[in-house]
Amino acid sequence: MTVLARPGPTGTGLTGTGALARLAIRRDRIGLAAGVYVIVVAVTGTAYTFKKLYPTEAGRAALAATGGGNPALRFLYGRIDGDSIGSLTTWRYGIWAGIFAALMTIFVVIRHTRTDEEAGRLELVGSAAVGRQAALAAGLLTAVAASVLVSVLLCVALPLVGLPASGAAALGLAIGCCGLAFAGIAAVAAQLTSSARSARGIALGVLGVAFVLRGVGDSAGASGPSWLSWASPLAWIQLTRPFAGPRWWVLCLPLAVFGLGTALAFALAARRDLGAGLLPDRPGRATASRLLSGPFGLAWRLEWGTLLGWVTGYVFTFWACGAAAKGIGQLFGTSSALQREFTRIGGQAAITNAYLAALMLLAGLVAAGYATSTVLRLRSEETGELAEQVLATATGRIRWALSYIVVAVAGSVVLLAVAGAATGLGYGLRAGSVGHQVARLLGAAFAQLPATLAVAAVAVLLFGLWPDAAVPGAWTAVGLAVAIELFGQVLQLSHWILDISPFTHTPRLPGGAVTAAPLLWLGLVALGFTAVGLLGLARRDIG
Amino acid sequence: MSDAIEVRALRKSFGRTRALDGLDLTVRTGEVHAYLGPNGAGKTTTIRILLGLLRADGGEARLLGGDPWHDAVPLHRRLAYVPGDVTLWPSLTGGEIIDLLGRLRGGLDDKRRQALIGRFDLDPTKKARAYSRGNRQKVALIAALASDAELLLLDEPTAGLDPLMEAAFRECVNDERRDSRTILLSSHILSEAEALSDRVTIIRDGRAVETGTLAEMRHLTRNLVDAELAGPVRLDGVPGVSDLEVQGNRVRCQVDHAALNDVLARLTAAGVRSLTCRPPTLEELFLRHYSSERPVAGARG
Repeated sequence: MTVLARPGPTGTGLTGTGALARLAIRRDRIGLAAGVYVIVVAVTGTAYTFKKLYPTEAGRAALAATGGGNPALRFLYGRIDGDSIGSLTTWRYGIWAGIFAALMTIFVVIRHTRTDEEAGRLELVGSAAVGRQAALAAGLLTAVAASVLVSVLLCVALPLVGLPASGAAALGLAIGCCGLAFAGIAAVAAQLTSSARSARGIALGVLGVAFVLRGVGDSAGASGPSWLSWASPLAWIQLTRPFAGPRWWVLCLPLAVFGLGTALAFALAARRDLGAGLLPDRPGRATASRLLSGPFGLAWRLEWGTLLGWVTGYVFTFWACGAAAKGIGQLFGTSSALQREFTRIGGQAAITNAYLAALMLLAGLVAAGYATSTVLRLRSEETGELAEQVLATATGRIRWALSYIVVAVAGSVVLLAVAGAATGLGYGLRAGSVGHQVARLLGAAFAQLPATLAVAAVAVLLFGLWPDAAVPGAWTAVGLAVAIELFGQVLQLSHWILDISPFTHTPRLPGGAVTAAPLLWLGLVALGFTAVGLLGLARRDIG
Repeated sequence: MSDAIEVRALRKSFGRTRALDGLDLTVRTGEVHAYLGPNGAGKTTTIRILLGLLRADGGEARLLGGDPWHDAVPLHRRLAYVPGDVTLWPSLTGGEIIDLLGRLRGGLDDKRRQALIGRFDLDPTKKARAYSRGNRQKVALIAALASDAELLLLDEPTAGLDPLMEAAFRECVNDERRDSRTILLSSHILSEAEALSDRVTIIRDGRAVETGTLAEMRHLTRNLVDAELAGPVRLDGVPGVSDLEVQGNRVRCQVDHAALNDVLARLTAAGVRSLTCRPPTLEELFLRHYSSERPVAGARG
């Protein structure tokens, strides 16, 4: 009987997959549940909102005409087929839900394959009775489980808010299949390089190219290269036309990508050694450059690549969003409820300003996320026992910590500058006043800086005083600020709660009035938190 | 000249775990001092306090004449440290990390850097993520040895090295000794400590149980006698003899220094066919402290 209990010498390369998949799901249960929840709620919530805001067919037709007629909006959200609630939901959130699903599966697959392999955990697992391809299979299984869950929940939830069942099924399956396609792509990427970071970079790069390809295709119009969209897995969601006579056969495309990617990944995994990649590690410098000579040089060297990625994302996003600002007023004008609200605050120009101000608020919030992650690198350097090597040299603790804080502050300044300039260029080029728009949007973006830094300073404070709580605490602070800014007004929270978020105190620019006092206060809070955090760091144990 | 490291009655707890419980440790300037104890005895905690990374709960620690907590930065200019389990920044190459750590310490001897890279057979152009554990260890060792530090704190420096590289490491330590640098070598590899060190401290449960030169430590302990005799001999009851085993004409026992002459006289009287008499190895000394719960006679704390 014991022979049955353990895999005998006939065990295949997949032996142990089930156990590893259960382990993967156990390790990821919170993250996966959150990812699935966000996607399902975002799509269903969008459908519900459209139903409330656009009850009449005429209103929806006008929205579809404006949204579908604005190339910048088509770049961001894709094409519109029809003017039903379902079609509008597919337009507004189809691609973005696909992006979230893709991000989820990319991170899952790479985390359970290359990350574990790079960390040496697979070596330990592989020495047990586990097949050499079990980890890859387990990572893919986990991603498949998450994608299937997204599809099933959407199929159930969308009819509940009144969408037709067949369209709901088509949209749910299209989004889930998009996740699957990128699981296949990530599985291949995980075989190519020996570092998880590069593997993730390759998969995310494919996702970025897919977004731009379909952006160009979708915004091109009839005379342009609209066929480019067919080359992008993200566009396949809308090309399925879930609520305008579903083209079910389009779903074969992402499934084929998943199948081919999986097959290729297994073939590659069977040929290579544990720990090795197919792309060779390029040899680097044998000596350090002059730049890499102090704690600041080190922090910059470790962080500049990340900053470059953020800057690239900011350039594209804010350029497109800025370009979309032209004519944004007509978009809202199609809903009578919204129109009343916006005329109350000042008509077309005010709507454009409110939209631009919301963009600048978003730029500040996201920059707070960047700055927080950069500050928290201090903590990961500490727990990874890299900090002790630096601190065992003639580098004081404060100087070491300041090196990352300076990078975080400088990076935030750069990101906000990019957000202001890109929005100003995108909008100015279409509205015809580039210089003026760039100047006022740069000012509007920089007005968010004190709030961005105040949020990130929470990370410094916690890192110095309660290092164990630094990572969850700092991200809670970012999450709170985002939640309060995005939902605080809608939920009609009390002023006492709204005031917690530093962004409640920054001016709504362009359009709003500027007072210096709150900005100064926020700056002082940021400085104070940082100073107290650094003092705490100077007194506590390291490691 | 004052001692490079002076530690008196040092205490440090992590929550309820007592890592150091009144530790004494003296490292004289210019010596290679082996700091021995199994995992969890408190070796790394001691070194981290000496580096000013941890703050002691009580007792006193002096390093190169300064306070390791308050004078951390100026002291660190004069020392180099190699951690027990070296982690490196995965995206930097070995050569870059050697230069970086050297510059952070305030300078690095380029000629010595080149020589050490050759001696340890390290490819400095590889990214750190591609290095094995032994190669990561080499990077940290080269960075430390190529510096101008007066004091080297090495925490289990050969744990990941193969025998060839271990030999290279021993050569390097012997060179350092000629340059009269002070080295604190924490280890649980006793042959290495025996071959390299001038003095030894053995630590158990956060306390030094024995310290001194190997010769002194041996002197305080017993010799192992193993003899084959022509006829029977009576040794039980003789003062200074312990752990007696007799199998026919073969006798094994441990003998105090003072009793050695008397025991040898009795053996020769019985007629010796073969005889070995040797001092205990460091391993045997070490195991005595760890194989029994009883404190050992002759221990100096």
